[in-house]
Amino acid sequence: MAISNPPLAHHFENLEQQHEANTLGMWMFLATEVLFFGGLFTAYAICRWHFPEDFQAASERLIVWLGAVNTAVLICSSLTMALAIYSARIGNRKTQVGFLAATMILGSVFLGIKVVEYTTDYNEWLIPGVRFDWSKALDHSHGQSVNPQHAELFFVFYFIMTLLHAIHMIVGLGVLLVLLVLSFRGRYGPAYYTPLEVAGLYWHFVDIIWVFLFPLLYLIRH
Amino acid sequence: MTSATKHVPSPLPYFLVFGGLLVLTMTTVLVASVPLGPWHTTVALAIAVVKASLIVLFFMHGLESSRLTWMVVVAAVLWLAIMLGGTFSDYMTRDFDEKQIRKQTSLSIYLGEPVA
Repeated sequence: MAISNPPLAHHFENLEQQHEANTLGMWMFLATEVLFFGGLFTAYAICRWHFPEDFQAASERLIVWLGAVNTAVLICSSLTMALAIYSARIGNRKTQVGFLAATMILGSVFLGIKVVEYTTDYNEWLIPGVRFDWSKALDHSHGQSVNPQHAELFFVFYFIMTLLHAIHMIVGLGVLLVLLVLSFRGRYGPAYYTPLEVAGLYWHFVDIIWVFLFPLLYLIRH
Repeated sequence: MTSATKHVPSPLPYFLVFGGLLVLTMTTVLVASVPLGPWHTTVALAIAVVKASLIVLFFMHGLESSRLTWMVVVAAVLWLAIMLGGTFSDYMTRDFDEKQIRKQTSLSIYLGEPVA
């Protein structure tokens, strides 16, 4: 295997140059991702600027502690991802495989909690366009002053942004699965761990997106 | 330049950053219930920016990255700033003295409408 598929691709001078080119390529992709999510953040900001009270009332329907736990879960998964790369750099295959598996488990826990949240939203009539009824969803501590359509608009942003984030998580899990198999076979070590590094960049970026989504969606207070 | 053969840093910073990120997450949740008036979003975003910076610098090995990589990072933030800045320089100024401006439109002058 090592002969038919050597770590160094033929068009690179050496592994160092290849590592630099590969990480730079991932950073460029992440720059496009910043603008991809940035467009949604901008649209969200405009609508929230127009309807601050309605957005706050809608946001208060979300379960803050579940969002906070999920933030912690993602931070843990970023730590295990960083430690998996560290393990490869010091040549410890056992912990490398273990930390990669832990990262995947934590990523799956995040998605599981998200499913619980979406189910609650469904039961509380908070799915825009499909099953939305603010009068049924109404928290009795708030009056009728909230415009249901504006509240629905908040949930449009909530679902598009968190679903897009979840899709990124699922893609990340797929990438990690491939790396887990290769890492188990002993493909990565101190001399060559670039794929782990590149996947790590992606994984941490998805974490950063959530770091902004969590306060902007769950913690709206005026 | 990140080298596969150069020095390997200690894992300690990863654990410190991890602890810091958890503390900042708790802070942002607790601060949401403190009466800050209009400052909630500003504080929440400031905490988020600090968290993102920690992730980029340590978990994503920003501190070890080449200048070329940093150029891409800065470009991403810059383009985002242009998008947000351009958009909000419009939205935040739409009602800005609109009535004053309307008074002086050429149309009203042409029609001889009384200047209120």
